[in-house]
Amino acid sequence: MIEMQDVWKTYPDGTHALRGITVKVDSNEFVYVVGPSGAGKSTFMKLIYREERPTKGQIFVDSFNLAKLKKRKIPYLRRNIGVVFQDFRLLPKLTVAENVAFAPKLTVAENVAFAMEVIEAPNKLIRKRTAEVLELVGLSDKRNSYPAQLSGGEQQRVAIARAIVNNPAVIVADEPTGNLDPETSWGIMKLLEEINYRGTTIIMATHNRDIVNTMRKRVIAIENGVIVRDQQRGDYGYED
Amino acid sequence: MKISTAGRHLREGFRSMVRNGWMTFASLSSIGISLFILGVFVLLTTNVNYIAEHVESQVEIRVYLSLEIDEEREINRVQNQIGMMPEVHKITFVHKDEGLKILEKTLGEDWVEGFQGDSNPLPHSFTVEVKNPEEISIVAKNIEALNDIMQPVPIDEVDYGEGTVEDLFAFSNLVNRVGFVLVIGLAITALFLIANTIRLTIMARRREIGIMKLVGATNGFIRWPFFIEGACIGLIGAAIPLGVLLYGYYRLIESSKSRMNFMSMIELKPLDEVALPLIGLLMGLGVAIGVFGTLLSVRKHLKV
Repeated sequence: MIEMQDVWKTYPDGTHALRGITVKVDSNEFVYVVGPSGAGKSTFMKLIYREERPTKGQIFVDSFNLAKLKKRKIPYLRRNIGVVFQDFRLLPKLTVAENVAFAPKLTVAENVAFAMEVIEAPNKLIRKRTAEVLELVGLSDKRNSYPAQLSGGEQQRVAIARAIVNNPAVIVADEPTGNLDPETSWGIMKLLEEINYRGTTIIMATHNRDIVNTMRKRVIAIENGVIVRDQQRGDYGYED
Repeated sequence: MKISTAGRHLREGFRSMVRNGWMTFASLSSIGISLFILGVFVLLTTNVNYIAEHVESQVEIRVYLSLEIDEEREINRVQNQIGMMPEVHKITFVHKDEGLKILEKTLGEDWVEGFQGDSNPLPHSFTVEVKNPEEISIVAKNIEALNDIMQPVPIDEVDYGEGTVEDLFAFSNLVNRVGFVLVIGLAITALFLIANTIRLTIMARRREIGIMKLVGATNGFIRWPFFIEGACIGLIGAAIPLGVLLYGYYRLIESSKSRMNFMSMIELKPLDEVALPLIGLLMGLGVAIGVFGTLLSVRKHLKV
């Protein structure tokens, strides 16, 4: 599913974020990526959905060879990858600078449907899939609410619904519970596990010790840009 | 592209126009003013050329005879000489009494009082029409040359509105040139204003664009609404001056028909001959400026 061969990433400012990563993740795996802040976790995640290019090395995701992937083909890679962030990234996120009156306001259902609209899926399918995934994340009754009216956990569910609505092969989740309290976090983890059972590969970067130690999965630990540990049913291994 | 997608792009484009309020207004005004001025110049040169061609096809030569020439035999001799020239289409004799009547019509009775009959100071004259307007100066010279071969010297003056036509064409050229420079300058201003409006839209939608990219929207899909916004600003920016110009031109023609003023002396090109090319030119340029302005901004600020 995902394969990296001696991947190096050096940023223009000279930071060596990754230094020779070789790893293979099979279909249907659930992988935690752990490590101290600034160790290269985020870079590792960004390489998968081609937000960043490796300086050196080969990356394969699904049937895509990322080193050879042309820029205008990136959208087609992304359609196979669902991305979830710590800050949810729903629409709208109104800042003071934005004009509140005219900013597009999307409901929960519209936020999810958005991901299908922009890849020009047929309207009928959009309605059907949106209803399905909202049911799956348990937000059918909130479909016409606005994200601002929801709790953090609910907003993250909307973000997850949006990430899976196009049936991606992989979910890349960068600290999805980072902004949530422990109880809510467990709900999100149950949801991700459920999605994993249904056949989606999940790569999740996290700092959450309890979750890693309780819901045992494969653990990849990155420090100073190299993989220092790769262990099935591993533990978190750091004192917070 | 699917219809629902096209609808979505249109909706987004229009929404941005409204959202950008004052910037949209500034771009619209800028394009509107440039195209209005362009339109004025186009109408002006079209009509100057139209009038020049009209005048050119009507030109005739006035040949004033010397005051000593008064006998029919002498007059006939000159008339035959001119009539024999191959370029001459028609020659008409105008008796001095007739000449006075024409003068009376244009200047009024007061002017000609006391000049009737024997005290008429005017000479006899000929009106000469040529076959080809371009040969008019040659014919005029040939007629003048009759003074060299005939005795007594028969001709006092040969007049054919020398230079009027040339002056008109020169004027239209000047108008063209001044207009061209002015319009180019204004169009560039409009271009940058549109580019800036689109930049604002891109900034305002930065977050949305980021999410679109993440979920796999193609570059074309992301860019479309911006081009629609630019093109719409161009189109509306062209429609407003077009309306003003065409209505104004219509009124000008109407007023020159109904009232007797200096305008009624000039025949303007009919509206229906002017309208279509003007609409095509202004709309086309408006959209081109809009799309090109968008392109500038999208290239610089929308790294997809």
